[in-house]
Amino acid sequence: MNGLGAFLRRIVRSREISIVIAFVVIVAATTSVNSHFLFSADGWKQLLINPTMLVALAIGEAFVIITKSFDLSVGSVLGLTAFMVGSMYLAWPQMPVIVAFLFAIALGTLLGFVNGGLVALAKVPGMVITLGTMYIYRGIDILWAGTKRINATNMSQDFLAFGNAQILTIPALAILAVVVLAGASWYLRNMRSGREFYAIGSAPDAAELCGLAIGRRRLAAFTISGAMAGLAGAMFAARYGTVASDAGTGFELQAIGAAVIGGVAIVGGSGTVIGAALGALLLTTINSALPVLGISSLWQQAVVGILIIGAITLDRTLAARRARLLVAERMRT
Amino acid sequence: MTTGGPGPTLELVDVSKNFGTVAALRHGSLRLDPGSIHALVGENGAGKSTLVKIIAGVYQRDSGTVTLEGQPVDFRNTAEARAAGIAVIYQEPTLFPDLSVTENIFMGRQLVGRFARIDRTAMRAQVVDLMTRLGVSIDPDRPTQGLSIADQQIIEIAKAISLDAKVLIMDEPTAALSGVEVERLFAVARSLRDEGRALAFISHRFDEVFSLCDMITVMRDGSYISTQAIADTDEPAIVRLMVGRDVGDMFPKAEAAIGDVVLDVSGLTSPGMFADISFQVRSGEIVSLAGLVGAGRSEVVRAVFGVDPYTAGRVTVEGKPLPPHSPTAAMHAGLALVPEDRHLQGLVVEESVGTNITDAIRRTLSRHGFITRHRENESAQTWAGALDVKCSALDALASTLSGGNQQKVVLAKWLACDPKVLIIDEPTRGIDVGTKSEVHRRMSDLACHGLAILMISSELPEVLGMADRVLVMHEGRITAEFDRANATAENIMFAATHNASELVAS
Amino acid sequence: MSASDTTRSYLDYGHSALRRWMLTREMAIVALLVLVVIVSCFTVPYYADKMTIYYLCQNMLPNLMIALPMALVMIAADIDVSVGSMVGLSCSLLGLLYAAGVPFVLAMLIALAVGAVGGFLNGWLVTRINLPALAVTIGTMAMFRGIAVGMLGTRTITNFPASWTAVAQWEIGSTGIPVTMLVFVALLVAFIALLHFTSFGRGVFAIGLNKQAAAFAGVNVRRTRLILFTLTGVVSALSGVYWTLLYSTARGDVGSGLELQVIAAVVLGGVSVFGGRGAIHGVVAGVLLIGALTSALQLTGVTAEVINIITGVLLIGSVLVAAFTPWLRDKRPHTATEKGGTQP
Repeated sequence: MNGLGAFLRRIVRSREISIVIAFVVIVAATTSVNSHFLFSADGWKQLLINPTMLVALAIGEAFVIITKSFDLSVGSVLGLTAFMVGSMYLAWPQMPVIVAFLFAIALGTLLGFVNGGLVALAKVPGMVITLGTMYIYRGIDILWAGTKRINATNMSQDFLAFGNAQILTIPALAILAVVVLAGASWYLRNMRSGREFYAIGSAPDAAELCGLAIGRRRLAAFTISGAMAGLAGAMFAARYGTVASDAGTGFELQAIGAAVIGGVAIVGGSGTVIGAALGALLLTTINSALPVLGISSLWQQAVVGILIIGAITLDRTLAARRARLLVAERMRT
Repeated sequence: MTTGGPGPTLELVDVSKNFGTVAALRHGSLRLDPGSIHALVGENGAGKSTLVKIIAGVYQRDSGTVTLEGQPVDFRNTAEARAAGIAVIYQEPTLFPDLSVTENIFMGRQLVGRFARIDRTAMRAQVVDLMTRLGVSIDPDRPTQGLSIADQQIIEIAKAISLDAKVLIMDEPTAALSGVEVERLFAVARSLRDEGRALAFISHRFDEVFSLCDMITVMRDGSYISTQAIADTDEPAIVRLMVGRDVGDMFPKAEAAIGDVVLDVSGLTSPGMFADISFQVRSGEIVSLAGLVGAGRSEVVRAVFGVDPYTAGRVTVEGKPLPPHSPTAAMHAGLALVPEDRHLQGLVVEESVGTNITDAIRRTLSRHGFITRHRENESAQTWAGALDVKCSALDALASTLSGGNQQKVVLAKWLACDPKVLIIDEPTRGIDVGTKSEVHRRMSDLACHGLAILMISSELPEVLGMADRVLVMHEGRITAEFDRANATAENIMFAATHNASELVAS
Repeated sequence: MSASDTTRSYLDYGHSALRRWMLTREMAIVALLVLVVIVSCFTVPYYADKMTIYYLCQNMLPNLMIALPMALVMIAADIDVSVGSMVGLSCSLLGLLYAAGVPFVLAMLIALAVGAVGGFLNGWLVTRINLPALAVTIGTMAMFRGIAVGMLGTRTITNFPASWTAVAQWEIGSTGIPVTMLVFVALLVAFIALLHFTSFGRGVFAIGLNKQAAAFAGVNVRRTRLILFTLTGVVSALSGVYWTLLYSTARGDVGSGLELQVIAAVVLGGVSVFGGRGAIHGVVAGVLLIGALTSALQLTGVTAEVINIITGVLLIGSVLVAAFTPWLRDKRPHTATEKGGTQP
């Protein structure tokens, strides 16, 4: 085996590395077309701040997909929590930033808990239940908001400042996202219960024989996904300052896409939240790079779709090839 | 354990378990003593695996008592049983394919350090120790996906040892292991016994049972039959207890006129499964494929029937070659396959009896491309009646029937196709004695009517009683062929456990 | 072997065929539909009006059409969430082709062909590469929509040939039923026949319950699933063409969220989310129930948002009911056998 071939194979196998490379290539290419993409105060900031909401959603979605399920309601949860934060500022203009975030996460947690509870109760795929709650949560959001729009003037200055603050040129929201990511990653890697998510998604029957608390872990996965969507809702409000009832529409697909592109296996049991977060980073960056490269940003969805299909096809072919090689190896011995 | 006195470590008395209307276990009893290896034997469907799953907490018993070291216990789930010191190695490995070997061994009870953080280094060190003790070299960090069944079994054993269990139950752990691997496993089992643990060993291989175990319990039809010391008994006696009668007189294969070759298989090969399989089946003849579980017998018939692909060789039916990998073509040519696993392959258990019976003939039942419930029921009724299927009505779900009746439904389904060759994989697995002899009589009748029958069976009495000719497979190859006069339990078992070169040498 | 030596009857079901048919889940939805319509007729002003029927039919037609192949896909234990995007793709493609001077009939045929190709792509990825249907169609959902929106941009194409767009507005006599409903009726008959009265349909049910057993019984599992996905693509594209004619407009965002409405209606109509169970009449009743409820609420001034909430509640409610009825059903045979045992 030559060195280059082995190197390429390692890259293909480590999804995180290949995404980072893709990210660097896109940023480099786009910057070479227009240097403002990276080398301007705003470009740098946008690059880091834009993916934060999707990163939060993708982390939550990764928990759910690893346990072999889907959460389609995250976009609606984001919309509902963002609107709630805005509404709370109408009632309590000087609400501290931290309180706003905690309330948003609390509401998201509750909504996620409802998802998980219904999935456990009905014993059906999470996709069906969250399809229903996606409607319901969005409906409540629109019913509550009507045609109202919460504007920047309605929210506290502190809150908006936090949404755009930079510490050493790094946006506060990006730091927040990285902290959450580090926590989730550490938990999934180093805690017993964290590893059990993988076991349950990898082989539910074996998990049953092993005596793992499958129901409780599934419920936890949906609850965490809801909490992350709540966090993303608060980020959304802080970042944009305006919240209408359609906030977060379609984000569920992007979140699933980010996780899958980031190497979270669609059939459960493998993948990392870091991969999912990098997937979110890549998707958002492609989105902002397309117009600079002279392609209408309207094509972004098509790119997302092709990346999703490409990623799952790649996963599948690699797995099939690995299995073939192992059988061949066994036959030789 | 030395201070525990002579009491049993684990004792089950008169335990029963029903699934719907099917009694999987009627009177299960077992007594495991410390420092002893206990064999549990019985035919397929005798209730051994159900008994094991009750001990492990997978199933909850309907009645009876279970005591562990004198204390009555009642495990609601596997975690409780494990916490109480019971480790089970199941027939099929139950691993997490995406996780590493180390994680698989410690799942649910990982070693933790400060802040409840998983201590990977300590776990890995333990696994390295375990592997050394077991005398194998499996990378503790690799995922278990892609490991051979033998290696997966080793990991299950490592898991059980690392639990430091009082009771270790092994449900046919050797089915897929080679000679060396079996010896290594036995060495470990003996050392665990010498530490004073109680072991139970389920196996169909008598040589292993007699070389390893101290005590033996026989089960039949879901009930306890007897317990003896190994030293006080011998193989024929055990077989008699298992079968409940003398072998040979219960299988009424009538003499049938043997005609032309109907099914001709030559050089069939599928890498990793089987190689160079050639045989013929004539009309009126019952040919049996014998061998151990995992020898590749089911894989061969699945390839013949076209469910699985094959890479080399050919299959002809009445002189006409059959295209590979097409069950539809095989059915057209007159092949029928009653598969190994009724629940997964033979039946759609969530469908009605009527639909199941007509599933294979649904194309011939349709007129101008349309099929009606009425025509289906007409046909289904005929065949249900012919085989005397016992069910309340045709719309009863197949899952509500007993194993024997389910098997009759599968038979009805395939006989409705009017086949020339009937392939039957384990015709009487998991069905009661009465229905068993009914199935055997039916097969004999069919042969008399000129059907060519290819039968896979792991039950030697069945093979010896039914088959005109016996082909023995070992590790994917046919190693021996015996006609009815020469076939004995001894020479079939010998051929099934040795490869061709060893057979020549002996 | 002789099959005539039996007097045993296997056709004694205890109840008449009609009664057993009436007691199915599908008929519960049909009954609920009838109830909603009757109550609405008496309580909602203008509900029993011809115009209500007319608009109800027009609005529900895409859902009704797509629900038919979707039911088959879901009975085969797959799912297709790309249908709404395919509606948008065929709509914008039709618009672009016509605007580029392609004859209208040819443009429509191309749109349908693209539907077939898109559906085939879904089916190919699912059956050949062995990918989960939900994952594949989530990908193609984004892809089809992206292509539609990307091609058409923010433009809106109008001015389609009036001779064609008028067809979408015709009604049958003065019944208030649009003539386009005839297309649905034709599809309905075809799909009922396909699912309930052909060996192909028997195969679909078998695949949904147990793919392995289906393969052992000679069902070509791959080909069947591939055909179902392709059919879904074609019917979705047909709905896109219909939408274009009805509103004489082509936009890229047409059909957004349609997949969810259709899936919700199919599940509501009694198709098991695990596959293997379902019937076309239940599915049609499921779509109509959501439609009838929607128009009743709209006429009483309730906003569309509440209707979305109701759709979601109906969906979750129906799977909860399905989750608990097997448990109820389990109880019945047990008592029946016990009784049967004691009776002479």
